[in-house]
Amino acid sequence: MIRLDGVSKHYPGAVLPAVDRLTLDVMRGEFVTLVGPSGCGKTTTLKMINRIIEPTGGSIFVDGVDALSVPAHQLRRSIGYVIQQIGLFPHRTIAQNIGTVPGLLGWDPARTRDRTAELIDVVGLESEMLDRYPAELSGGQQQRVGVARALAADPPVLLMDEPFGAVDPIVRGHLQREFLDLQRKLGKTVVFVTHDIDEAIFLGTRIAMLNTGGILEQYDTPEAILSEPANQFVEDFLGGERGLKRLALLPISSAEMVRGPMIDRTGTRTDAERTMAEHGVDWVGILDGKMLLGWVDRRDLVSPDLNGVEPRPFAVSLSPSSSLREALDAVVTGHARIAVVVEDGAYKGMLDLDGIAEEITE
Amino acid sequence: MNLVLGQADQLIDWAWVERNMSQIIDRTWEHLTLTGVSVGIGLVLSIALTVVVLRWRWTYAAITGFTGLLYTIPSLALFALLVPFTGLSATTAIIALTSYTLLILIRNIVAGIDGVPAAVKEAADGMGYTPRARFWRMEVPLALPVIVAGIRIATVTTVGLVTVTAVIGLGGYGFFILRGLNTFFWTQLIVGVVLSVVLATILDLILIGLQRVLSPWARGKV
Repeated sequence: MIRLDGVSKHYPGAVLPAVDRLTLDVMRGEFVTLVGPSGCGKTTTLKMINRIIEPTGGSIFVDGVDALSVPAHQLRRSIGYVIQQIGLFPHRTIAQNIGTVPGLLGWDPARTRDRTAELIDVVGLESEMLDRYPAELSGGQQQRVGVARALAADPPVLLMDEPFGAVDPIVRGHLQREFLDLQRKLGKTVVFVTHDIDEAIFLGTRIAMLNTGGILEQYDTPEAILSEPANQFVEDFLGGERGLKRLALLPISSAEMVRGPMIDRTGTRTDAERTMAEHGVDWVGILDGKMLLGWVDRRDLVSPDLNGVEPRPFAVSLSPSSSLREALDAVVTGHARIAVVVEDGAYKGMLDLDGIAEEITE
Repeated sequence: MNLVLGQADQLIDWAWVERNMSQIIDRTWEHLTLTGVSVGIGLVLSIALTVVVLRWRWTYAAITGFTGLLYTIPSLALFALLVPFTGLSATTAIIALTSYTLLILIRNIVAGIDGVPAAVKEAADGMGYTPRARFWRMEVPLALPVIVAGIRIATVTTVGLVTVTAVIGLGGYGFFILRGLNTFFWTQLIVGVVLSVVLATILDLILIGLQRVLSPWARGKV
């Protein structure tokens, strides 16, 4: 989908090139994150793809087209572009901002209007926003509009330069998750620059680790980079907690769950006491058929049957698609030292510290 | 109370105002045309010079230096300097008045264009605007509030300066001010001063209105 072939950028007067003969392939539908320390040329690399920065050597192909052989403005109309400073046009309404590229492509106004209304919904904003001006929106809302504007003419490729870098951490988390869902749904090819390794790991299907001077140190899936860093540079850049970062990538369904101390609500106090003794704990989970009702403490068991007890809900319950990192968090913060896994209310099993640790060391 | 009213009666001779109404209207027209033509020509010249500045940035210092020099020449002296060439004519007045608008206008136009955020320009490029389309559809509209602010200052300044052209036989309301000073007839002086201030205020308000119409997105910001 995108091919950089020996691409260089040498600024006049600079001793070393900003990017030196970089070769990089991005396949259709891939989400590639470019990550590295400042001065590694990641932004320069991104901006050479739509020629905001003109390369001084090599060739670039976007969707089979030699990017350097077509007029820059024409090339850019088929590539979505989102930047950290957002750059909404302050004198244009949100609707006009989103309709920018359709306007340049000469779409029929009615078609642009339909598309704009569709996109405001896709990025999770209310349609009342369409008539407002950018200054009336919060930073997070503005960047949603920035994403909608980039998607307007349905370009196959999106280039994003630290798009969530300027919003506060909570909004950033929301935007990252929503954007990832959106990208998977739309199947866009995305090249995404960030200096945040966690963001790169979370979003990327492949990560390009760049070193000073635009040298590609490793280009692989997050799992592969975390488990086998190519060299010291990559290892240093990944920082500590590599095991934890890997856990964030693995779903709970990949680990082996145990049934744990569970009994059906039709059981007796004797059943409950036996189960607790087997597992060496002072609590027991209560099931109603397949449904998880909660848990009871040994002291709650006052009558011979379980009808009178009120099961307490588990503080955290996870789904099989939650990450093992979330499971670990539930284990270390929860009273019971376990993570319960539930799918549509049905009990799937539980994970304890040993089960999670096994995944890290594997 | 009587004393104050008595003074006021002496200061404003309403009968004079009524008798001279047609002349007041003529002078209003003269004042407006001198202001309008001077600011208009000043604007055209400033836009032309801004185009030069935007293309060749090094000319900015030279152009602001020269127009700044023009700005420092006392108006009375400038009219006197021009009279040998262009006589006691409207041309003399307009050349001088125009030269005073240049510094204000060029500075504001350039500041307006320079003030367009880099992110907006980069986003416009990234969306696929050609450089020319970007200039006309992004930079110019975004610079308009600052440009109109410059036109407001230039207009108000020019309304005041027009009165000085009374020394070469024009002057708009300045005609009344000068004659009032020469004859110690205060009604004329006050009529000239008050109308000049009123005219400047009205023109400023009209331009504020224009500014709001041209930039609904910037309400309450400029």
